[in-house]
Formats: sequence, structure tokens, C-alpha cells
Amino acid sequence: MTFPLGWTTPLSGIVFGVLFGFVLQRGGLGNGCRLSAQLRLKDWTVFNVMFTAIIVAAGGLYLMQMFGLVKWSELFVPTTFLWATLLGGALIGAGMAVGGYCPGTSVVGATAGRIDGIVFFVGLVVGVVMFAGIFGDIEPFLTAAPGPQGQTLGQLLHIPDWLVLVLLVGGAVLVGWLSRRIATSNQISCAD
Amino acid sequence: MLVMKTRPIWKAHVAGVALGLVLMVTFLATGHGLGASGAPTDLAAVASKAIAPAATTVNGYLGPMVAGGNNPLNSWIVWEVLGMGIGALLAAWWSGRLRLRVEGPPRARTLGRLALALAGGILSGFGARVSAGCTSGLGLSGGAVLATAGFVFLIGFFLTGIIVGMATRRLWQ
Repeated sequence: MTFPLGWTTPLSGIVFGVLFGFVLQRGGLGNGCRLSAQLRLKDWTVFNVMFTAIIVAAGGLYLMQMFGLVKWSELFVPTTFLWATLLGGALIGAGMAVGGYCPGTSVVGATAGRIDGIVFFVGLVVGVVMFAGIFGDIEPFLTAAPGPQGQTLGQLLHIPDWLVLVLLVGGAVLVGWLSRRIATSNQISCAD
Repeated sequence: MLVMKTRPIWKAHVAGVALGLVLMVTFLATGHGLGASGAPTDLAAVASKAIAPAATTVNGYLGPMVAGGNNPLNSWIVWEVLGMGIGALLAAWWSGRLRLRVEGPPRARTLGRLALALAGGILSGFGARVSAGCTSGLGLSGGAVLATAGFVFLIGFFLTGIIVGMATRRLWQ
């Protein structure tokens, strides 16, 4: 048997969505105060959870591919459009600094009873409509400076994937160590 | 409703390993990762069509989504985000954290906090369409397949987020 299985029914969406939402909530990532505290460098939960998750998932997929269990060519790898990818990330970062959430975490905050999470989600819909309103004018910008389709860091830097993984682990450990030196945890004043 | 005792949140590395395993299993089953911003995008198309059908049909972005009687709400990402809400609800209830409230700094006024949440949501919803993905779909899922796009996104996200976060930190005191 080789992966991926191509199981993309509505039930698959619900199953993986439930797991995703459950883990984010138990990890404290449905709390707008904690999320935005990362961007004030007061709490490092967001960074530590995200980079641990990326390393675990990437490491697992890499190992399975090595043993021929995963066809990498059948996995979706997004393509860079340098300015659009950077600007979108910047706007979502600014949105979290000001509003406390990103799209996924606002859903997690909302269903735990956070009214600000619900309002943030409404803002997302409004933001999409505003984007659609000027889409015709900014379309050339959105596809400017494209990278090779589905390019990985290893292809960009001309190094093997295992070395990318080692560098990511090194970076995560270094930032984790630095963050414990510059910030004492639980400095934030709003409860989970 | 049965009230559960309050359980502490998971340590960051425990949550990170759990999230990584969920993300990996999602890739193994579906061939793609987890996302979020697609759902409000689909909702926007449906809402826009209900309110202004003519303008929506001719719109370059939303038009193709609703063309030919297509219902954008019947998509994998909408089911996934619905599941996310259910999973988070279950987790909040199970850990004794399910209650209606406005999250925010103690000194902030409720209306002010909600106005900032709305403004942040608008920035984020707009931004996720610019980059064709959000922290989940590009940052996390792109990162899991070591995509350049995922890390370019994360650089923009953390750099700008920290600059704006530090500049506006009094809002959250």
C-alpha cells in the first residue's frame, strides 16, 4: 500500500477537522490573548507548537518516502509567488497582532465561546469580499515573481531534504533556548 | 450541561507533536494538508451571491466560484472547518473551558476589543486571499512538505506580526 490514499470525502474533512480543532484547543491556541502575546514576544506557544508540528510531520513524511510508502509527487506542495506570499503572510501577521487570531484559530476560539473569535471570523468574510472587489486591479501583482511549481527548500538551496530537516530542528532548538532566556512563560495576563 | 473540571492546556511540545501527527495523517489520507481560510472564502461567495447576485456573477474572483449553479459550501475545506469547530468545542467542554466571553486584556473595553477583532479579521481575510492560503494551509501544511512557499509565508507572518505586535502592545496591556 502506498500513500496518499486520496480519501477526500466530506467525512474525511470532518474527521481530520475534529482532530485539528481538538489539538489546537488543548494546546491553548484558541486563546487570542496567548496568540497575540507571541507577537509581543511574551509567550512562545505559537512558535513552539508550529515548528514542532512541522518537524514531526515533515520528518514522518520524509521517512515514509524513504521506505517507498509515500509518493511525494502526489502530495500537494504550494508554489511561491514571492510578493503575494510575503504580503499575505504580513497581513495575516498584522491581523493576529491586532485581532488576536488567524483564520483557523478564530474558529477554535469561537466554538469555545469567545465572542471576539466569532467577530474575527465575520471579519474574515468581509475581508474576502473586499479582496474580490479589487481583484481585477491587483491580479498581475498576485502572480508576479513566481517560483518553480511546487518547489521545496531543498530544491531552492540545492541541499538534500534530510539536511533541511536537520537545519529546521537546529533552528527550532536554538529559538526555543533563546526564548526561554528572554521571556519567562506565563507572563500573559489573560487566562486560557 | 455536565460541567467538567478544568484541565491545564498541553505543554507546547506535546501539542506540537500531536498537531504534527494529525497533519501527517491528513497528508497520508488526502494528499494535502489542513487549512482554514478556504471556508470563509466559500462563505463570502455564497453570501455575496445572496445579497448581490449580478455583481457576484461578473466578479473575477467570486464569479467562477458560483458559476453554473456550483455550491462552494460543498467543499472539503468547509467540512474540515466545520469539524474544527466541533473538535474545539469538544476539547473546550472536556477541559472545562466552555463559556461565553470576550477574550482580551482586563482594561480593554468590550466594544473596543470587538472592533479590533473585526479589523484583524478583515486584514487576515484579505491577506489570506492575497497569499492563497493562511497560517494553516500555507505555513503549517506547506512547512510539512518543506515547501519554499510555506517558509516565505512564515517569514512575512512572524516579521510583520512581531513589528505590529510590539508597536501596538499597549492595546493588550
